[in-house]
Amino acid sequence: MMKIDSVKDLKNLRDKLKSAENLKKATVMVKVSMSTCGIASGARETMDYFINELDNKAIDASVIKTGCMGYCYAEPTIELSKPGKEPVIFGYVDTKRAQEIIDKYIVADEELVGIIPLNFETVN
Amino acid sequence: MDKIKLTIDDTQVVVEKGTTVLDAAKSVGIDIPTLCYLKLEDTAFENTPGGCRMCVVEVDGRRNLAPSCKTPCDDGMLVKTHTPRVVNARRTVMELILSDHPFECLVCTKSGKCDLQTLAQDLGIREIHYEGEKSTYKGDESPGIVREPEKCIMCRRCETACNDVQTVGTLSALYRGFGSIVAPAFEMDLDHSNCTFCGQCVSVCPTGALIERDNTWKVIEAIMNPKKTVVVQTAPAVRAALGEEFGYDAGTLVTGKMVTALRKIGFDYVFDTDFAADLTIMEEGTELLGRLNKYLKGDKEVKLPMLTSCCPGWVNFFEYHFPDMLDIPSTAKSPQQMFGAIAKSYFAEQLNIKREDMVVVSVMPCLAKKYEAARPEFAVNGDPDVNVSITTRELAQMIKSANLNFDALKDDDFDRPLGESTGAGVIFGTTGGVIEAAVRSAYELHTGKNLEKVDFHELRGFDGIRSATIDFDGLPINIGIAHGLGNARKLLEEIQEGKSQFHAIEIMACPGGCIGGGGQPYHHGDIGILKKRQKAIYQEDAGKPIRKSHENPYIQKLYKEYLGEPCGEKSHELLHTNYFDKKKKIVIE
Amino acid sequence: MAKLKKQIRIALRNCGFINPENIDEYIARDGYMALGKVLETMSPEETIEEIKKSGLRGRGGGGFPTGLKWELTRKVDAEQKYVVCNADEGDPGAFMDRSILEGDPHSVIEAMAINAFCTGASKGLVYIRAEYPLAIERLKIALKQAREYGFLGNNIFGSNFSFDIEIRYGAGAFVCGEETALIHSMEGLRGEPGVKPPFPSEKGYQGMPTNVNNVETYANIPVIILEGADWFNKIGTEKSKGTKVFALAGKVNNVGLVEVPMGITLREVIFDIGGGIKDGKKFKAVQTGGPSGGCLTEAHLDTPIDYDNLINAGSMMGSGGMIVMDEDDCMVSMAKFYLDFTVEESCGKCAPCRIGNKRLYELLDKITEGKGTDEDLFKLRNLATVIKDTSLCGLGQTSPNPVLSTMDNFPEEYEAHVKDSKCFAGQCKALMQYIIEEDACTGCTLCVRVCPVDAISGERKMAHFINQDTCIKCGACMEKCKFGAIYIG
Repeated sequence: MMKIDSVKDLKNLRDKLKSAENLKKATVMVKVSMSTCGIASGARETMDYFINELDNKAIDASVIKTGCMGYCYAEPTIELSKPGKEPVIFGYVDTKRAQEIIDKYIVADEELVGIIPLNFETVN
Repeated sequence: MDKIKLTIDDTQVVVEKGTTVLDAAKSVGIDIPTLCYLKLEDTAFENTPGGCRMCVVEVDGRRNLAPSCKTPCDDGMLVKTHTPRVVNARRTVMELILSDHPFECLVCTKSGKCDLQTLAQDLGIREIHYEGEKSTYKGDESPGIVREPEKCIMCRRCETACNDVQTVGTLSALYRGFGSIVAPAFEMDLDHSNCTFCGQCVSVCPTGALIERDNTWKVIEAIMNPKKTVVVQTAPAVRAALGEEFGYDAGTLVTGKMVTALRKIGFDYVFDTDFAADLTIMEEGTELLGRLNKYLKGDKEVKLPMLTSCCPGWVNFFEYHFPDMLDIPSTAKSPQQMFGAIAKSYFAEQLNIKREDMVVVSVMPCLAKKYEAARPEFAVNGDPDVNVSITTRELAQMIKSANLNFDALKDDDFDRPLGESTGAGVIFGTTGGVIEAAVRSAYELHTGKNLEKVDFHELRGFDGIRSATIDFDGLPINIGIAHGLGNARKLLEEIQEGKSQFHAIEIMACPGGCIGGGGQPYHHGDIGILKKRQKAIYQEDAGKPIRKSHENPYIQKLYKEYLGEPCGEKSHELLHTNYFDKKKKIVIE
Repeated sequence: MAKLKKQIRIALRNCGFINPENIDEYIARDGYMALGKVLETMSPEETIEEIKKSGLRGRGGGGFPTGLKWELTRKVDAEQKYVVCNADEGDPGAFMDRSILEGDPHSVIEAMAINAFCTGASKGLVYIRAEYPLAIERLKIALKQAREYGFLGNNIFGSNFSFDIEIRYGAGAFVCGEETALIHSMEGLRGEPGVKPPFPSEKGYQGMPTNVNNVETYANIPVIILEGADWFNKIGTEKSKGTKVFALAGKVNNVGLVEVPMGITLREVIFDIGGGIKDGKKFKAVQTGGPSGGCLTEAHLDTPIDYDNLINAGSMMGSGGMIVMDEDDCMVSMAKFYLDFTVEESCGKCAPCRIGNKRLYELLDKITEGKGTDEDLFKLRNLATVIKDTSLCGLGQTSPNPVLSTMDNFPEEYEAHVKDSKCFAGQCKALMQYIIEEDACTGCTLCVRVCPVDAISGERKMAHFINQDTCIKCGACMEKCKFGAIYIG
């Protein structure tokens, strides 16, 4: 890894990383909330399930672990974004629900009930 | 120095910056009550955890009450020390402390001398409104010290003594909250721990949580037994402190009254440990000169500096903490043990009785002496050289129990032969005394010249570590002195690192030496008491007709009739010992 | 929908969005830009001024102005100074610090570096409880990655500033969240607080000036630097700026972690964000500030939440625990629950906390057992007041708050327990009775068969009754009764 010696260096790196991230947005992206509480409610199983199933179905997707999203009552939670659409949050995502999300929301492109409305703004 | 002006209870006070509210109040005659707080001036002892909250005061503009012992004065500060809010807080907290304390005052060793009891009375506590569960812990009765942890009020004074002053590290706070207690690790017994039994924890304990092991009944039983000849020896520091138990000012010598009291209690022979102190000088001094001569002849193996070995707390300390240095201290036994060995051989033979029929009792300012007397190497076929060791406080107790009006007692002299001593023996009771006594004799033995001036003021004083060079007729002898085990540790570490320039070092475990021993009347934080005792010791020395150990006629007689020469064969058998690595002996059960 | 967006995420800005184990994702969201900005364009004094201007106050509970704290440490001359991150989160039910460290560890690292630059420290320590293994693991990964990019180490951003961070583990004692106790614990000493002054800014870790800030406080720093103090201080109330993370728990529908602007009302948090009370029950009280806080009632629902308002209402901000209670919760039991916690967590150093809290607990226990007297209520208040007034550290000075605030807000509950032996909420077992309603009982004997202590008697097909002396209040009979004939009275 290169050592960052100036803000200029850092800006270059950031811009490079940002454009790489934008590329990812052209595919399906699943973020699984993997903090202690999420993992305790089964998030690891959920994440593994997404990785395997999306792979099995040859869907171009990235599955990423993140920290806590704050929806403790609905763990495991995931944030799902499809190309060209606003990301949505699903709660109570066990493997059964994960299958349903893959089949209906990702593959069949149907609407799904039970999306948790985003209830906050962030600074960036 | 910056001056600060503040108001305490409507009185203007001017103090130096950094002064606590407690001290500022004291300076204008306002005595804010304290309990855990204890500072011993001129020593490393400073216990101010701010835990008992007895010294709280109201400070204008502050939300909570402030502990005056830890609150520095500020300019313009307004302090009130006895508002209803403060008084109610103090009384309530005192009631809380009492609610977790056994109500055994009537039979408690500490009754009448207990800081907690005194303060509860001062606060006028007549009822305890808060009652509930009381704490229980594992008690501990070790050879020198008894722990009654239910009486512990978590003032942490013992912890400060054990860790900060003595650097022994046996006692520390264990557990949390209501269950917290100061104890050895894992609540192990003290005699399974690395405790040196110096007893400084007992000296500062405000309650009866740490006390000496009471041996007075053993003494009474021995006296009552018609088959036994009971011999008592009294250590030099005892006579300089015993009077305090009977209302005399600190520093009042009560040697004569003490002798009479001991006779009236029923001892068959009243002897003086000072005699054995003179004997110690003969042995230790000879050993030092032996090592020095070898060294001067170019022997590189010889162990220098030589360390004194008459303090049993100190002996325990190096056995536990510096086991790689066991060959450095003098092999001479302590005066207590020399006395026991001589009493049960030389003197028993004179009386024509078996050693088993003689009971040797020692009166000591010390708790480690109880432990020392019980060491297996100081016994012949299971019969200890010193059977029972009691403290100054226990002797006072015995005198009171024997219906003696101490004040009305006449002065009397010790018995002979083991009661005759010199001024050199007396000063064993204070820091610097042993080495001064050794110098008085070693000088004459080494140079063959008469020592004109026997007072070595350069060796006296109260500083924790002192040093002086004494001219042995052209040979400079470097002497180090430490009192308090924390100071001893510093000197030992210098020796370990090869930095020491000393030829001889005197070490005493307790601050001030034996005058500040763990078995002495309680000083309640007044270090002036120790200094007065020290003065009394030097006063007794100055008044003695003979002031050099080797000039004691009864010592000379003892060598002539019985021992032969100092450090000779018989002396080695009776008066010398060896040391053990005790680090391995720490038991965690 | 818009109504729901009452949250603004500053401290939690990256949590749930980035992979905490990949520094690149943090950098892609302007990570370490604030550190770079400070090192290249700002002096320590300017940076401290910016933090002061932002109005940021300590998020660990005390609410001390952060910029001022930094300035105090900066002003002390010393060869070595330290910055410490307090990650010893101990309030029951609070987990915002863990979430930040698990979800966005770099924001804390970056802020600690900024803090070190400002105070003149070269060493940072994160004091974290060993019960947070995932947070520790992610923090370790983050530290390694930050070193690789040169955000930690020598000559950061090509400047003269060098700084690195070590992790220190705590054993999970609540009192070690108090900064002097925390420092003692890091030094290997018993984790008990010392009397202040001296403050850690003068004499802290190893006797050196030390600045201790909480995880959430740190997480705000990079944003303040990048967005500016003037942006930050527009959020919040006059004396409490920015946002606060709360762990919303208890009897609300949407329990979870929320970050709301200061000045929001409890009603908005509980009803709008939290989705109201579970099972349609009635709101009764909310405990903020954990065991150090107090309980607030319906009367406080529209009070804007900030440091000062909460204190005036008899509670405190604390680290952000917010436990909602409904009509089934007994306030005396609630106070007892928190006292049980503080009795366990008192370090034992000072007498009022060590013994007083135990006695306070015993008094509450007596009252919930139905054995309390009028005098006990008086004692309870006196004792609580004295403990608050005389305890050495924040733990003891606040531990009676649950008692005092429930006594103030729900005096009738205490009186009912003492005078009428009644617990309105039906929570105090000793005070409740299972009673069979004669008219509704069919005499089916089902209850007789489940009763483990044979306390129920009655002829078949006749009304049964419960012997109250024998009954152990297990509730099995009520559960079993098909006719709803058994009720609690």
